[in-house]
Amino acid sequence: MIRIEGLSKKYGKHSVLDQISLECKMGQCLTLIGPNGSGKTTLIKILLGLVRPDSGSVLLNEKSILGKYHYREQIGYMPQISQFPEHMSVRQLFDLMKSVRGNEKEYDEELYQAFELNQIRNKRLGALSGGMRQKVSAALAFLFDPDILILDEPTAGLDPVSNEILISKLQRSRRQGKLILITSHVLNDLDEITSDVVYLMDGKIKFYKSMEELKAETSEQRLNRIMACILNPKETYV
Amino acid sequence: MYKLTKFILEDLLRNWIIHLFSLFLLLAIIGLVSLEGQEDKALVSILNLVLLAVPMMVMVFSTIYYYNMSDFITLILAQPVKRGQVLGSLVLGLGVVFSIAVGLGLGFALWWLKGSVAAWTLLAVGMVMIWVFVALAVLAGVLTKDKTRGMGLSLLIWGYFVLIFDGIILLLMYNFSEYPIEKGVLFITFFNPVDLGRILVLMKTEAAALMGYSGAVFSHFFASGWSSIIALSILGLWALFPIMISSKLFRHKDL
Repeated sequence: MIRIEGLSKKYGKHSVLDQISLECKMGQCLTLIGPNGSGKTTLIKILLGLVRPDSGSVLLNEKSILGKYHYREQIGYMPQISQFPEHMSVRQLFDLMKSVRGNEKEYDEELYQAFELNQIRNKRLGALSGGMRQKVSAALAFLFDPDILILDEPTAGLDPVSNEILISKLQRSRRQGKLILITSHVLNDLDEITSDVVYLMDGKIKFYKSMEELKAETSEQRLNRIMACILNPKETYV
Repeated sequence: MYKLTKFILEDLLRNWIIHLFSLFLLLAIIGLVSLEGQEDKALVSILNLVLLAVPMMVMVFSTIYYYNMSDFITLILAQPVKRGQVLGSLVLGLGVVFSIAVGLGLGFALWWLKGSVAAWTLLAVGMVMIWVFVALAVLAGVLTKDKTRGMGLSLLIWGYFVLIFDGIILLLMYNFSEYPIEKGVLFITFFNPVDLGRILVLMKTEAAALMGYSGAVFSHFFASGWSSIIALSILGLWALFPIMISSKLFRHKDL
């Protein structure tokens, strides 16, 4: 369970996050939506300890995470753009990550198998295409069977087949009671997995509602239609 | 931390620029040694190579490497590891690899100069100098997020220690030549690792006799073994302080 209270972050004079409070429980799948520069990635980076907030607190299972690092054992993270060292092979990357994590429990290699990464295990990461790197990155996020999954734009750059594999993996993870946090602009992909929508704008939470509420309010079924309805209530969409 | 260091070491050791750099240094040192008849002259030429070219190579390479690895460092930091350990691995990896690369050439020089005191001092100064400039390069990287600025800062630091600082000292000595400032100058050199390294090695050669009154003050100071050890430790501090500052900054940095 994650509880965020009064979180603020400024870059210089520009306020990226402004007094954000948020609570989410295991088994939820939160989709963070918002225009570019609304603070989605900053929020995620604060959860990962990559960015230090100016004020406010972040509690994971009632314990503050600020300045700590052990808590990240429970988190799997897939970054927006995956940059790996050029010369490293896929296998070396996985070996390194396993040794850095150092936990002995069994690995979840489902995505590794499904994306057929075994076939490219000796390829240099620098030689992989953007989509392939995303696959590697996704497989890494799930590898350690974390309780919390944080995915920044996971479906951008993936081909339709891989996209389906990732989405169904996310669905299964949610059924296992994991907490999933996703940011994305490709809303079509997220219909089946989203349980709640958080809309961020100018560093503030505009709304935080469950899919059921949203469907009832807008009498739409698809997430992108719902968002269109809320953001432009006057216009009609054919 | 051990695993990360091992990985960075492997990554750097596969880099052909490092191989080339090492080969270049070895060839240059062999060339200098065979061209200069006198041992001391050859030593001074090698010293200039170690104090001018090596720091620049180390700084440029380390700064670029820091920026190249920054996305990967971010990914590693999303795992349960301490920030200080990640930066430490980076410094350790770069320092060890450059020590090997430079050590090959200096090792040859040491063998050729039959292990004289000056040659040993040169080796020690060369090794410490690598850590000083790796540390300064990483500091420049941590200080600036922008690649171009970081690179500029790092070249500026190199230029300051190699050129500008000497200019200031010369100006000082020229304008205050009427006053007994030799001890002051000796103290000021502690603020420049390159000068300190140069004096440390030169004092072990016969060139010291040619350096006039300041040379006499210096050689008086560096005559005892203790003061050489003190000077080397100060050189070590030059590596330690930037590392400490960067790790402090890095721990609170937004990535």
